[in-house]
Amino acid sequence: MIAIDARGATAVAIADGVRAGKLRARDVAEQYLDRIARLDGALGCYLLIDAEGARRRADAVDAAYKAGRDPGALAGVPLGVKDIFCTRGVETTCASKILRGFVPPYESTVTARLAGAGAVMLGKLNMDEFAMGSSNENSAFKPVKNPWSHAHVPGGSSGGSAAAIAASLCAGAIGTDTGGSIRQPAALCGVVGMKPTYGRVSRYGVIAFASSLDHPGPFGRTVEDAAALLEAMAGADPHDSTSIPAPIGAYRAAARAGGDGPEPLKGMRLGVPDEYFQPGMDAEVEAAVRGALDELARAGAQIVKVSLPNTKYAIATYYLICTAEASSNLARYDGVRFGYRAPDARSLEEMYTKTRGEGFGTEPKRRIMLGTYVLRAGYYEAYYGKALRARRKIADDFQAAFAGCDAIVTPTSPIPAFKFGEKTSDPLQMYLADVLTVGPDLAGIPALSQSCGFTKAGLPIGLQTIAPALGEEICFRVAGAYEARTKWHERLPPETAS
Amino acid sequence: MSLDDYEIVIGLEVHAQLATQSKIFSWSSTAFGAEPNTQTDPVCLGLPGVLPVLNRGVVDAAVRLGLAVGSKIRQRCRFTRKHYFYPDLPKNIQISQFDEPICDGGTVKFRLHGEVRAVSLTRIHLEEDAGKNIHADATKSLVDYNRAGVPLCEIVSEPDLRSAEEAAEYVRALRTLVRYLGIGDGNMEEGSLRCDANVSLRKRGTTAFGTKTEIKNMNSFKNVRDAIEHEVKRQASVLDGGGRVVQETRLWDAARGVTQSMRSKEQAHDYRYFPEPDLPPVVVDDAALAALRKTLPELPEDRFARYAGQVGLSPQDAGVLVSEREIAGYYDDAVAAGAPAKRAANWVINEVLAVAGDARRLGDADIPVSPAALAGLVKLVEDGTLSGKLAKDVFGKMWAERRTAADIVAKEGLVQVSDSGELEAACSKVIAAHPTEAANFKANPKLIGFFVGAVMKETGGKANPKAVNEILRKLLA
Repeated sequence: MIAIDARGATAVAIADGVRAGKLRARDVAEQYLDRIARLDGALGCYLLIDAEGARRRADAVDAAYKAGRDPGALAGVPLGVKDIFCTRGVETTCASKILRGFVPPYESTVTARLAGAGAVMLGKLNMDEFAMGSSNENSAFKPVKNPWSHAHVPGGSSGGSAAAIAASLCAGAIGTDTGGSIRQPAALCGVVGMKPTYGRVSRYGVIAFASSLDHPGPFGRTVEDAAALLEAMAGADPHDSTSIPAPIGAYRAAARAGGDGPEPLKGMRLGVPDEYFQPGMDAEVEAAVRGALDELARAGAQIVKVSLPNTKYAIATYYLICTAEASSNLARYDGVRFGYRAPDARSLEEMYTKTRGEGFGTEPKRRIMLGTYVLRAGYYEAYYGKALRARRKIADDFQAAFAGCDAIVTPTSPIPAFKFGEKTSDPLQMYLADVLTVGPDLAGIPALSQSCGFTKAGLPIGLQTIAPALGEEICFRVAGAYEARTKWHERLPPETAS
Repeated sequence: MSLDDYEIVIGLEVHAQLATQSKIFSWSSTAFGAEPNTQTDPVCLGLPGVLPVLNRGVVDAAVRLGLAVGSKIRQRCRFTRKHYFYPDLPKNIQISQFDEPICDGGTVKFRLHGEVRAVSLTRIHLEEDAGKNIHADATKSLVDYNRAGVPLCEIVSEPDLRSAEEAAEYVRALRTLVRYLGIGDGNMEEGSLRCDANVSLRKRGTTAFGTKTEIKNMNSFKNVRDAIEHEVKRQASVLDGGGRVVQETRLWDAARGVTQSMRSKEQAHDYRYFPEPDLPPVVVDDAALAALRKTLPELPEDRFARYAGQVGLSPQDAGVLVSEREIAGYYDDAVAAGAPAKRAANWVINEVLAVAGDARRLGDADIPVSPAALAGLVKLVEDGTLSGKLAKDVFGKMWAERRTAADIVAKEGLVQVSDSGELEAACSKVIAAHPTEAANFKANPKLIGFFVGAVMKETGGKANPKAVNEILRKLLA
């Protein structure tokens, strides 16, 4: 047996070690649990640490190996799970007071599949309440600190997932992306985050925020790690009628192929839309992304101009649709059957209003009100109906652009991580943090964020690769090629014990 | 003004539970009457993270109903979310259909006092049922979610109905149809068939609709009739007094026989409809439509036309036979087994239905007298082997002992006596025993009945009454 240094370890290295009998899943789990105990107090990535469950799961993986059975493609990979995935017998809160005490009697398809592949869940990761936010400041319980600078936000809503990967508090993580909630925190924390095609990964057991926009997806330290997780998560699910029956791609192979030879992207055309480089973009971000485009050209890709003219409608479209759907999806939190119920209500109506008034934080309340307004009788066409048409146009833009290129490359976030409190007073400013990520959510197409450098202050900068529907392999191929030539992913944040 | 000065305008929304094994969007059983909350699952409970998956059998059932009433089937339709807060509605969302129902239009035909009525349908759409609130005591309410997610189809009529009686008959016709198609059991008392009525009045001769009220909570045909009748009188008295009918929802209180205001239009919900994002559009392609069309049974009105026309039954008898699919099926089987059609109809209606109690028992495979057995009995009557009276006794034995008519006749010597020597002896004996009546016969020919009865008694009911009659008249002449 050899030991592994959890700090900076990759998921695939751990799985390979466990599958080869060189690592024990239990030892790996203990190392990560120890790191969480030492370091997470300062970071706030975890809402719940399931140490006993993790040990049990790790022991089962080791027992499978000992018995000569295949312990799975992700054998022993310590996994962090955004607290939006229902986990049987383990409290699931969506970082909301209203779900405190909710212990699901069923398991999400994604976590069940990852467990089936041998991944070892360590606990539930912090997030913005109901996945509503871009900074993790909307968690009802505690904020997540950016491991690169504790004064800065990790992004959101899957801030806990991104920060936990960056800080090596898990080797693989999962999150959800509705308007950028995987890619934006991945960018701000300097890790890989992948939002697959809508329907590529089942939403069954993922607590709904905006049903037509919610995309579960993986986080990893490397492109290959994210690819390995996606291979285990993806695929049709009889419990999700919107899941896609198409076969799962060879994502890991695509990620690795990006590292083949001097010009692994030869013959590939990468589109760059002017609309994604607008005034207001941070100069260091723009410079890093332009530099990344040069590197991709050196890898053999042809860089071409593309246009996404309806990008200017993306934020408005997104917030009309997501608030409408959220107001509907969040109607079930009423204190009747599960979660928080306000004490001492004297009537049914009072129970509803007090429970929801006390249970929901500011941002869910804001979105419920906006969405309720949007769906009002007589206003449907003016708002929701119009937003659906704009959504179609935005999707058409991407399709037209893909006639001239294989993938589109852009910055993930126009700015690096911002400071706590910097945008909380102005919701609109916060909403604009999603400007470069909402397009692929509206179009339902895959997009990946990876690190493409650091600001002078040492904050990560994200590069986004967008591909046509079911083109996950293209994202992994481009990102794998870039990663193989740059090694930004090897840089690790400082460690501060709590 | 009197009630006759008003025209009554009624439109009905009928909810029929569809008898699928599992719920419309999840796997729990739909069986009625289980312990509270034992037939639930995360999906029908609306737990966080669950997604609906459409039970295709529900679509098939609605399409078959639509085809049976001549609706236009939407070969591509979608589900819609309807929002309101109530504890029996797990998600506080009802998945329903709004702008794209599965069926548009259609006509329901039935007979009222011998006349055919054709009521136009607006639409038929699918939705999920809610659970049931149980008010345990003044401080506590409980919810049973067994019914949550049971499939419903809502059948919406045009305002074509003109009386409470007609409305009740329309609901009965729908129940018959649902049962014929085998898509539901249409039991109003158990709530598997429910009805809301939109009722308004207008002065005869005018065409504009009056203000309507919606009546809920009618759980029997009698309730439908009584509630609408009451509401019509209530509205008439409001209008007669110079008042205006308020648009509102009213609940029928069967115990007190009145409707009571539940909520007014001002308090009406804004349901905030929008397309259900968790369900892709429902597609019924040409092949599926053709296959479903082939599964349609002979429908009540077609059967009625056959019985009253080709078979030559009276409209009353034809009506009774088609009123339940099981009766008609039993009758058809008896005729197929050789029973003469008209005689068989009498036997089914007067004897079989009388002893069966529940008409739908006639569909049971192990019914004591099978259609073939009944045919055997009717044939014995037809060929003169049994008198009508004897046959009734034989039928009673058949039902009680599950034996065939031939067996009973053979073992108990019940064959009708037509031998004239034997009958003449019996008749002479009776005449001799009643000299006074015999003497009076010429003055009072009605006494023939007395003598026939006495001879039948003398022969233990086995005598052929027709033959006895002839012999008596000869001897008494």
